[in-house]
Order: sequence, then C-alpha cells, then structure tokens
Amino acid sequence: MNAVPFSARDYKSEVKPVWCPGCGHFSVLSSITKAFADLQLVPHQTAVVSGIGCSSRIPAYTNCYGFHSIHGRGLAIAAGLKLARPDLTVVAAGGDGDGLSIGGNHFLHNCRRNVDMTYVMMDNRVYGMTKGQPSPTTESDWDASAMAPPGGTGLSPFNPLAIALAAGANFVARGFAGDPNGTAAIIAEAIRHPGFSFVAVMSPCVTYRDEQREWKNVMRPNAAPATCDASEAARRLLVDDGYNLGVLYQGDRQAYKPKSLPDVAIADFDKEFAL
Amino acid sequence: MSSSGVPGSVSIALCGSGGSGVMTAANMLMDAAAKTGFYALFNKSMGPQIRGGEAAAMVRLSTAPVTSVDDSFDILLAIDWGNVQRFAAELPLTTKSLIITDPASGEVPEAIAKSGARIIELPMKELSKDIEGGRPNMILLGAAAELIGLPIGPLTEVLGNSLKKKRADAYEASVAAVKKGAEAAKAIVGSKKLDTPKTGGPKKWDLIGNEATALGALRAGVRFCAAYPITPATEVLEWLSKALPKVGGVFVQAEDEIASINMCIGASFGGKASITSTSGPGLALMTEAFGLALTSETPVVVIDVQRGGPSTGIPTKSEQSDLNIALYGMHGDAPHLVLSSQSIADCLFTAQWAVYLAEATQSPAIVLSEQSLGHSRTVIDAPADIAFVGKRLIAETPAEGVAYQRYALTANGISPMALPGTPGCQYTADGLEHAVNGLPSSQDSDHQAQLNKRADKLANFDYGDHWATVEGTGKIAVLCTGSTTGPAREAIQRAKADGLDVKLISPRLLMPALPKQMAEALKGVEKVIVVEQNHSGQLYRFLRGEYDLPGKVEQLNHAGPLPIRPGAIHKRLLAMGA
Repeated sequence: MNAVPFSARDYKSEVKPVWCPGCGHFSVLSSITKAFADLQLVPHQTAVVSGIGCSSRIPAYTNCYGFHSIHGRGLAIAAGLKLARPDLTVVAAGGDGDGLSIGGNHFLHNCRRNVDMTYVMMDNRVYGMTKGQPSPTTESDWDASAMAPPGGTGLSPFNPLAIALAAGANFVARGFAGDPNGTAAIIAEAIRHPGFSFVAVMSPCVTYRDEQREWKNVMRPNAAPATCDASEAARRLLVDDGYNLGVLYQGDRQAYKPKSLPDVAIADFDKEFAL
Repeated sequence: MSSSGVPGSVSIALCGSGGSGVMTAANMLMDAAAKTGFYALFNKSMGPQIRGGEAAAMVRLSTAPVTSVDDSFDILLAIDWGNVQRFAAELPLTTKSLIITDPASGEVPEAIAKSGARIIELPMKELSKDIEGGRPNMILLGAAAELIGLPIGPLTEVLGNSLKKKRADAYEASVAAVKKGAEAAKAIVGSKKLDTPKTGGPKKWDLIGNEATALGALRAGVRFCAAYPITPATEVLEWLSKALPKVGGVFVQAEDEIASINMCIGASFGGKASITSTSGPGLALMTEAFGLALTSETPVVVIDVQRGGPSTGIPTKSEQSDLNIALYGMHGDAPHLVLSSQSIADCLFTAQWAVYLAEATQSPAIVLSEQSLGHSRTVIDAPADIAFVGKRLIAETPAEGVAYQRYALTANGISPMALPGTPGCQYTADGLEHAVNGLPSSQDSDHQAQLNKRADKLANFDYGDHWATVEGTGKIAVLCTGSTTGPAREAIQRAKADGLDVKLISPRLLMPALPKQMAEALKGVEKVIVVEQNHSGQLYRFLRGEYDLPGKVEQLNHAGPLPIRPGAIHKRLLAMGA
C-alpha cells in the first residue's frame, strides 16, 4: 500500500469529458473513482476497458490504463486482458446499446464465463452518441426519437439484471447516478466479489430523455438485502420495475481460471513430430 | 519427359467408403515409407459428413522432399467405389495408371474407368475372410506396399506400434492380412516402383500444416490464443489448447470470431503475444477488430486457413481466394501485414516470422494458409529452429515530469509500448484517431501524422530475404504464392530438363508490397506468368497494382477444389519459351 493513500481524485485524468451538462455519466465516473479509492487500487495496476458510446468514453477520463475499443466489444477485450494478466484489476464499462444490442453475445458469455472482473453498464435507455434512437432497454411506447415510429417501438425492453442472472453472472446489482455514494459502494463490492460482477447504473440522459430527471423521485433501495440464492433473486426480478437499487445477488461460483499444466520446454514439443 | 519432376516419386490413391479403413491404411503406408527413408505428402479428400461417407487418401512418396501433388496417380486401389464419382475429378489417371479393384464391389465406375487406366482385380474382401479377424484394408495395404516396392518389414513395425500392446490378436491378424495382400499383388507386373531412399540424412518429422502453424506460433512466443472452431483451421486451436497451458499460456474458446480477436487484442494490450486462427467466414467477422488492432497499434496474428468461398463455400476443400479480403478487407487506410505459407513445413516458419513481425512493428498480421496445407500430412526433414522470437519495444517509466506518449512519432514509426503495470505510463489505447498521447483527435495534422506513422513503420522495416522465395534464373518467371509454390517449383524443374530456365518468385510477404525487392527479383525477366488457385485472379490483380511487371503478364488460375498441378504450369512454360 502507498504511504500516502490514493484519493478519488488520483484516479481522474485531466481530460475533459465530451458529455452534456447534467449527464448522469459524470456521477458514475465519480462513483467509479471513489470505489477505486475505497479499495486503494494502484492506478497503474488497474485497467478500464470500454466499447463505443457516450459512456464508453470513460477510460480516458481515468488515470488508469484504458482501452476505448469498438462498439460492443469492450467485454471481450476486458476478458482477454484479465485472462492474460490476472494481476490487474479490470473494469469494463459501457452503455445499454453497446452492451445489450451489438455486444449482447459477449454480455451473455462473459456472465457465463465468470472471469474475475466487473462490468458497469450505464443505462440511459437511449443511444445518445447517435442522437437519440431507442435502445434495448427503451420503454416500448417512447416515441420522441427521429427513428422511433409514432407510439414507440412496441418492443418490450430488456431487464439487464434478469439477463445477467440467467446467464450466470456471479454478482448482480443496480445503482443510480443520483446516488453516487451508494453506487460507489456497490461498485467497490462488485470489484471485491470474485468472478463476473454486473452493475447496471441508471444514468439519465438529460439531452434525449429529459423525463429521466424524474428518476430521482422513483428510485428506492431494494426491499430485501442481497441474496445468495439465484432462484430467490429471479423471483424478485419478476416483480422488479427497474427502480430498485442495491445488490440483488451474490453468487458463490469460483472465478474462471485458465488451466495450467506442468511446464514443458518449448524444444520438447518437437518430440511429438520427430520420427 | 517423365510424368514427374521428382525422381522416383510414386503417387497412390486409396479409396473406400466410411469405415472401410482406407485412411488408416494410408497413414500406415506413409509411416512405413517414412521409416524406410522416404519423404511423403498425404492429402485427404473428404465430403462434409461428420463420420463415414466416402473418402480418398492420396499419398505421394519420394526420395526427395514433396511439396506438390503430381499430375496423376500411378496407382489407385479401391476397397469399394461408394460415391467415388463425387470426387473422381480429384483422382486424375492416365493410360499408364493402374486401378486395383475388388470384384465384389462391382464394376469400376465410368468416371474412373474412362481414363483408360489398366484395371486389375484383387479380391480383397475374399482374401481377408481366410484370416481370422483379417480386414480388407490390410489386404489393400499389403498390396499397395508390394506394388510400389516398399518392404513388409517397416509395415509390420508400424502395425506393431499401433496394435501390439493393446490388441495382440488384431496385430497378428493385420500382419497376416498385409502379407497376404502383398503376396497376392506379386502377380501384378509393371507398377511404378519407388527408388532406393537415401539413408543417413537429417532426422525426419511427420506433421500436418495446422500443427506446424501452431508450433511456429509457440516458438515465436505466443502465449495467448482465443478462437472459435471452424473447418479447416480447428487443428491449430486444438494443438494450442493442449500446448499453451504447458508454457504458462492461456487458451480460450470464445463465443464467436469477433470475441476471439478482441480477446487477443486485450491479451496483447496486456503484453502477451496473441494469435487466433480461423477461415474465410471468421476472417470476415474479424475485420472490424483487426482495424482496431491496427489503429491502436496492438499486435495480433490471425491465421486464415483458406477454404472454398465465398460464404460457407466448400469448407473441406482448398482455395486461394481470401487474398482480396486479407489485403483489402479493412475500412480506412489500413496498412498491415499479410503473409502466405508456402508449404506444410513453411507453415511453421511463416507463422513464427509473422508473430515476430507483428510484435516488432506493433501491427496486426494475417497469415494465409490453405486447407491443402493445414489438413495434409507430410514427412520432411526436421525444420531448423530459427531465431525469430517476438520482441516488442516496451516503454519504461519516464523521468519525473516527462509525459509518456504512446503514439510518439519516431524515426522508424515504432513507438515504445507501455504495458499495464508500468507506473507513470497510463494511457488509453483507442480505435479513434488520436494524438501522440493517445487522446482522440479529429485534427488533420494528427490524422496525417498517425497515418504516415502506421504506413512507414511497415514500409521501412527490414524484412531481409524472407520476404519471398526467389529461385533460379531465366527470362521467364513464375509468380505465385502459398501452396502453388510447390507445383511451380516442380514445373520449373521439368522445364529445366527440357532446356528452359525459369525463375520462381513466390512472395511470403504480400503486404506491405516491396517494390525494390521485387524489381531486384525480376531483373533479367522478360515474361511473367501468375499462377494461383482462385477464379478471379486475385494475386494477378494485386501484383499488377503494386508492381511493375515486365512484358505481357500471363495468367494460369482456376478455383478449388482441384489443385494446380505441375503439368499444367509446365505446359504453359514451354509455350512461353517457344
């Protein structure tokens, strides 16, 4: 541990975010850096990896190693990095479109693979960077978008927590940008928890979803503490309206570790082919 | 002119329906020949069935290394004829060829018989019945050995290695059947025989191209592989999945090809040399992430074991038709490395060199292999261990007050790369165009500078002599790549026997193009023929675009699955030389 402890500010870079004034992501960035400080992570031993979208800009706003990759693929890059470098703390971050639409397959399989890393999904139920199209978590009747038909898409939104639980994530939680300290505590808990931890953070887009300013009036803490029982967690999700905050599920699956076998000298592989 | 440029070579095909054991027999024949001192090349022709179905084992044995199929088969032995017409075109025969058929399997199909080859009946099933536990494929094996003049001793030794310990009765029965088959074949005269092999040469190896590729990657320092199964690339992954955990490496079966390459990029960002292996459809899925590796300057090697395309195409058959996507498949101005494996043995060298180049230049590389290399077995001289081990230029913690710049502009375009864990060098790798510090930039000056950097570091790298195989002299040159190098070399040998000197130029490094080196290789050349196994002449178009080729440039190309045979090239060379 450092002689002088790291403060949240030590994890922030000097780069000015591209986000709009009032964007929930500012708060999520603060929660992430606060969680890092709570855990006293060493900045150069920490990596933040993302895909593409407003929230995916986050790596460069931290003072950690970062990878701002391509749309939907942040989780795959993060998993490769963690598997190759288990000594690092790896946090993947991105939005609802990045993680549930184009990157949906990687979301499913990273929940299942259970590599020891944390995924923070900033959910604002809209594609912000491309200026306001409906995402997989958008309400079916939302039609204030140039790309949505009158009356909305008519498509049921995903509940990201339900997908994460069904796919095998080892830690499932929901935070809210309007509660930065609570969210920081959840993210710190997620990083501490072994295996794949999923934290959905409701993060209002005040530019395209101005009505999300009202979220602060509807969010509430979970009625019950976190459960280790997946079926109990699933029951709670059946009646979840998307506004319950806190840790829902903490599983006890062992984090995935690649197989390691006794060392063999490279030259010894030749024997396999020699006649 | 003999039918073959390789002295004393014999080409033999074994046919039978699934479960008839022709593949086992062919493997044993090759093993026994290798023990006796012969070199070998063993191609399989199979349909899409998972197990069973019809199959042909095609073996060429010789006293010299074999990197090409011959124009036709000297001997074809069939236990039965199953659906042989489906691949009759892959079994060319001449009037000098010999067909050994079992009368119990009915008439020789017209597609085979029309060759005019001599047909001789050998009751393999009948003969096997006299031996308790005897199988027709062992009768066939004994007959094949006798016909080409391979002694029985090494065959029984091979049988002993595979059967003796586990099943003594099966061993006895197989030896008896092999002897019986050989005895029965003694009456057949006039078959093409092997020459006496050289003895006391270098140690020999026996492997398939996909194993050679995997070993090359391992030797170069690859310690991470994420991949998704696909024919005909899967053996690269299977081998690495067993080997990597023994050298402290990691193998992951990813959810798809997109995850495969992105995981590799993540691992490489962490400092591990990384590889993935796929075929055309998978390469298509990987191209976006390949561009990310290129722009973020994160080295990664993609092996593309080419199959018939486009779309799902012909997964089990060979073609050289992914050149265009490998060279031009990326969006934007995207200089990267494209290499081509020239033989099964060269799969090892090229994979190893590709990893070395990717690591040294911090660029992504595509290695074009082919089904005909990846899936074929060969007996070769043990390859030398070359010195190419991937080594990246790594950044160290800068002096106090000095900011680390990931994409700093340097004389050779290569900038020191900081690995996570290094204090004071934290940066964010990005697929967005960036300034020297890695931060996104849409400014003209940054875009120009980084485009130049990424192009220059590849254009100015010293690739040495490995960029191409350049052999011989002459006013005519064959330009080819990949597995057609072997047939081209053999055609040139035949032309030489006819008194015509022809040069061989086969680039191992396709991209970046090296105009100076190519001009040097083409010195004195007045006519060129481009030989390739695809329908549209992709190599021809690439070479015409990148290089000044002398005189009238001729083309010899056809799509897979039929291989380019040396005879076809030889014929064209003679016409060009006339």
